[in-house]
Amino acid sequence: MTAPTYDLGTMHGGLRLPAFKHESTSGPVRDVAIPTQLVLPIEQRAGGAAQPVVRVGQSVLRGQVIAEPGSGTGVPVHASSSGRVVAIESRPVARRHGGTAPCIVIECDGRDEAMPAQRHGQFREIAPADLLLQILDGGIAGLGGAVFPTAQKLMQARSAEVELLILNGVECEPYISCDDMLMRTRAEAVVGGAQILLQALQAGTCVIVVESDKPDALARLGEVLADTGDERISLKQVPTIYPSGGEDQLVQLITSREVPTGGLPTDVGCLVQNVGTAAAVHDWIVGNEPLISRITTVSGDGVATPVNVRARLGTPLADVVRAAGGYRGEPRHLLVGGPMTGKSVTTDEVPLVKATNCVLVLADAPTVGTERPCIRCGDCAAVCPVRLQPQQLLWYANADHEDGLRDFGLIDCIECGCCDLVCPSHIRLTAAFRHAKGRIRELADEKARAERARQRFEARDERLQRASREREAELARQKAAARSAGPAAIAEILARKRGKDEDAAE
Amino acid sequence: MLLAVVTITAIALLAGVGLAFVYRRLPAPDGDLVDEVDKLLPQTQCAQCGFPGCRPYAAAIVEGSATINLCPPGGDETVRRLARLLGKDVIPLAGSAIAAVAVINEADCIGCYHCRNACPVDAIVGAPQFMHTVIEAECTGCELCVAPCPVDCIEMRPVA
Repeated sequence: MTAPTYDLGTMHGGLRLPAFKHESTSGPVRDVAIPTQLVLPIEQRAGGAAQPVVRVGQSVLRGQVIAEPGSGTGVPVHASSSGRVVAIESRPVARRHGGTAPCIVIECDGRDEAMPAQRHGQFREIAPADLLLQILDGGIAGLGGAVFPTAQKLMQARSAEVELLILNGVECEPYISCDDMLMRTRAEAVVGGAQILLQALQAGTCVIVVESDKPDALARLGEVLADTGDERISLKQVPTIYPSGGEDQLVQLITSREVPTGGLPTDVGCLVQNVGTAAAVHDWIVGNEPLISRITTVSGDGVATPVNVRARLGTPLADVVRAAGGYRGEPRHLLVGGPMTGKSVTTDEVPLVKATNCVLVLADAPTVGTERPCIRCGDCAAVCPVRLQPQQLLWYANADHEDGLRDFGLIDCIECGCCDLVCPSHIRLTAAFRHAKGRIRELADEKARAERARQRFEARDERLQRASREREAELARQKAAARSAGPAAIAEILARKRGKDEDAAE
Repeated sequence: MLLAVVTITAIALLAGVGLAFVYRRLPAPDGDLVDEVDKLLPQTQCAQCGFPGCRPYAAAIVEGSATINLCPPGGDETVRRLARLLGKDVIPLAGSAIAAVAVINEADCIGCYHCRNACPVDAIVGAPQFMHTVIEAECTGCELCVAPCPVDCIEMRPVA
């Protein structure tokens, strides 16, 4: 089975970055021992935190659901090993600018007892809608880093008539090699996951996309595909350019279709899933193991032996780094994620989560030159994969010019960091855009709130007017009734009233 | 000579009729501008500007009887936007305001219903003789409910 690189669309811009992947892929994937304490954040990607369904002090088993999503846009959280819940509290998590999130803390008993297996049956015989619900129950979310709930993504795709499923094994960011190792060691699970996803989607074809610098993964997937003989699944190789692994960029490379601004790949008939997600779906539906562990790359010049490890979700990063031989010297900079899009954290107590594809330890904090004014050289526009004009956007971002930011497509910025890297003036463009995006969201919220308040005000106004109209109508009716009853009736009423007054006087 | 006079008069007449037609058919520009201004206001309906709501204030701005800096909830941002829309100079805000929501101390509430009548956006629920409470998500922080309360059980709490 060969993987053609021809027949590809083009992607604008991008950069060829040094890979730094050789070291972490030269050894096997190591298992991280189950730590003494697991810290499981119950925060969801959107719609508030999940609701804990366990109490402090309660014993839990591996794979037991410990928190259910409160709203419709989350996934359940599973205990990743057996033990006792010792706390439900806020703990530091890997988030930009630090911060804490509600977590369930489990003291592990080391026995790693599993829940009784829940049989799913043959996935080919399960109705697609039921399959979606099962995928949701497995706590499966996108393992590429965005952790969007997989079941919801599939559901959106089903209502949009998707014909092509793209499995993303591109992994274009330097240092990160967890998907590479997954494809090398567990290609069967990836292909099996692809088959399940195709069944859930009722889509026609699937293409597994791998970057050209991963020949071993390509060869392994090729073998497995040849064995499986599933004609719907094919393999494609894309050139090694950052950020070809971005969802929209990948769709453009594979299909030559451009995802519309503010849209999703489903708008052009595609659905992109990470290869790790496919493997997780396979492990859950076929192997009855919910998403409680993942492969992550531990790399950088600040660790003793860069390596890929498989760790339980909730394992503190300190334990993960220890599995890679510990720190080399005094670590200066700890990043969760890759060097381009990762978040820097200040403590290695933060837990490994579904989104953690890489733990990067740098011996020196990255040196960034002094920021100087923009000279409008346009290098940033040349490398921007979404064909934005970063130099112009920066202008608008600094001026807080909402309309300009919108007109120049800020929402399409994927925050890949290419512009930062090429800027000769060392301007932190991506940070400025991230901030501006937050600002725009804030303004939009404000506007929506104002609109709502206006509607409520108008509704109240109308109600008050209606009430006063009704009151007047009622008065007029009574008056008319009295008049039509004639003078005799009025005299009688007056007499009655007078009688009452006299009674009162007495 | 005569031909020239007739031609010019005819053109003038035609243009006049055209202008009159367009003037009649297009919606009054003033109404539109009031809408535009109203859209920029925060819709708290707090009457802190001295007008009985956001739209009356917008109408007053367009009419020229009010300055653009009378809206404390909108802050400097709104002054800036109004200045941009109307081609006026940015002037400092009269007074200052921090975003806040009303909170009813429910233990002290006597169920008098006064605050509920004062709320311009129906953000207070409750019935006469029963405890009232504020729907935080709908409260615009206008403070109109604070003064009517006979037991002073409403406080404005700043939102983070």
